[in-house]
Amino acid sequence: MSDVFARPLPKLQGLTAEFYAFTKRRELRFQRCTACGVWRHVPRLWCAACGSEAWEWARSAGEGAVYAWSVTHKPMHPGFLDLPYATVVVELAEGPRLLTWVRDVAPADLRIGLPVRVDFEDASDAVTLPIFRPR
Amino acid sequence: MLSLRDQAALVGIGETAYCRAPGSGKSELGLMLEAARAALADAGLAPGDVDGVVTPIWGASAEDFAVNFGVRDLRWAVQVNMGGASPVVGLQNAAMAVAFGIASHVLVTFGWNGFSGRRVRGDFSALEDELARFEASIGVPVRDFYLPYGSASPAQWYTLMAQRHMQTYGTPREALGAVAVACRAHAQLNPRAVMRGRPMTMDDYLASPWICEPYKLLDCCLETDGAAAVIVTTTERAKRLRQPPVAISGVAEGHPWPADDIVNRPDLLTIGLTHAAPRAYAMAGLGPEDADFAQVYDCFTFEVLHQLEEAGFCARGESPRFVADGNVALGGRCPINTHGGLLSQAHVGGMNHVVEAVRQLRGQAGAAQVDGARVGIVTGWGDFGDGGLAVLRSLA
Ligand SMILES: [Zn+2]
Repeated sequence: MSDVFARPLPKLQGLTAEFYAFTKRRELRFQRCTACGVWRHVPRLWCAACGSEAWEWARSAGEGAVYAWSVTHKPMHPGFLDLPYATVVVELAEGPRLLTWVRDVAPADLRIGLPVRVDFEDASDAVTLPIFRPR
Repeated sequence: MLSLRDQAALVGIGETAYCRAPGSGKSELGLMLEAARAALADAGLAPGDVDGVVTPIWGASAEDFAVNFGVRDLRWAVQVNMGGASPVVGLQNAAMAVAFGIASHVLVTFGWNGFSGRRVRGDFSALEDELARFEASIGVPVRDFYLPYGSASPAQWYTLMAQRHMQTYGTPREALGAVAVACRAHAQLNPRAVMRGRPMTMDDYLASPWICEPYKLLDCCLETDGAAAVIVTTTERAKRLRQPPVAISGVAEGHPWPADDIVNRPDLLTIGLTHAAPRAYAMAGLGPEDADFAQVYDCFTFEVLHQLEEAGFCARGESPRFVADGNVALGGRCPINTHGGLLSQAHVGGMNHVVEAVRQLRGQAGAAQVDGARVGIVTGWGDFGDGGLAVLRSLA
């Protein structure tokens, strides 16, 4: 990893700040509509399923499976020069999907359905990112 | 019900030279003005005839463009925020404006310094601008939930869909290569193509290095400087102008859901074009089977396969067969990107696809002319899979 260039971090405002306040405590939480029960990510004001404005931060069990991925070979950002690296879509059991990293698996060994479990990595003093490992 | 079918027509086309090193030496506004002037001359119109403009969300405001262009009575202006779908969707906007008499001649342009202004090829000096543009264009999710993981470019986002398709349907690499090879072959016939004089084979394609797996270097479009422009007016007025008129028979835009987040879509392969294509065909009363050619937005090779399927040229998973055996090359069943496309002519957000479609339907496509071309389809793809599709028809 390179310390020379800053990595882009989420802007900690609004609902994004709330999402990452939970990951900082090593909790993966998503919005869940309290009217119809549908989980959602990324954070939104209204439930697209039923139109309700009522929701809660519901804690995910953190278990999911690999859904898709791509493997970056050419540098696309100076904060990420440790190549190649895979960016992976993980589908949580509750429904939401995250674009994330899966640690301890070589890009060539990724496959759809690979079972994974959430873990957390500090990206800065303020931001902790959810990442995944095989389970 | 009112219909836009054949209400509006394309009467002027213009392009700048397309280049890579050393760059255009001009601003994006300057490039768009130059292309617009060429379109005006092609149509035989004067700057005072233009009273509507459609521009992209960068380069300049629509008003700045209009002031420079000498439009003293700007009746209608819009900036379309759909990335590379903006030119085709711009046609829809322009057609609506002229059909209802909001404006009489609408200039639609798109240009950028994709080589000198926003390069990411190992030179990150313009990266902040690029990322800010993505945030403005696509939204907050990309900034807060993609970038922190180093997913910072279209190649990285779109490969998620490509990889899913390849896994689901067993899509072979050679299908992607067939698109790249066809575009490069067509560029050899086009004096305006950046890749003219640099032919490429399937072996060259297969040997090219990874950029973002499953995309190799030769799966990726060019980064070029340039601009293109077209002029839209009513079909009635078009028949009195100097060029053979090309009607906008059907046009539509579509957005995937959610538009600003690829990964949480119920189906990663359902895109804006999935919704737009049937609407445009219904308006035109024509479908993909009627097209003599298709100019398909080719930011990457897989996006062509993907759009051929979603636009109904073939069923899901069937695009590898559709592009095999020279079917999409000139002389084949449905030639695509007869100018070389973004892959081998130049990247001006697909406005060059619109320009080439008009050339074909006028019979002005030179060595790449499709014999007897009467109907052509143009697609646009932008941002996270926003889509547009236009069915164009010769009225000559
Ligand atoms: Zn709900």
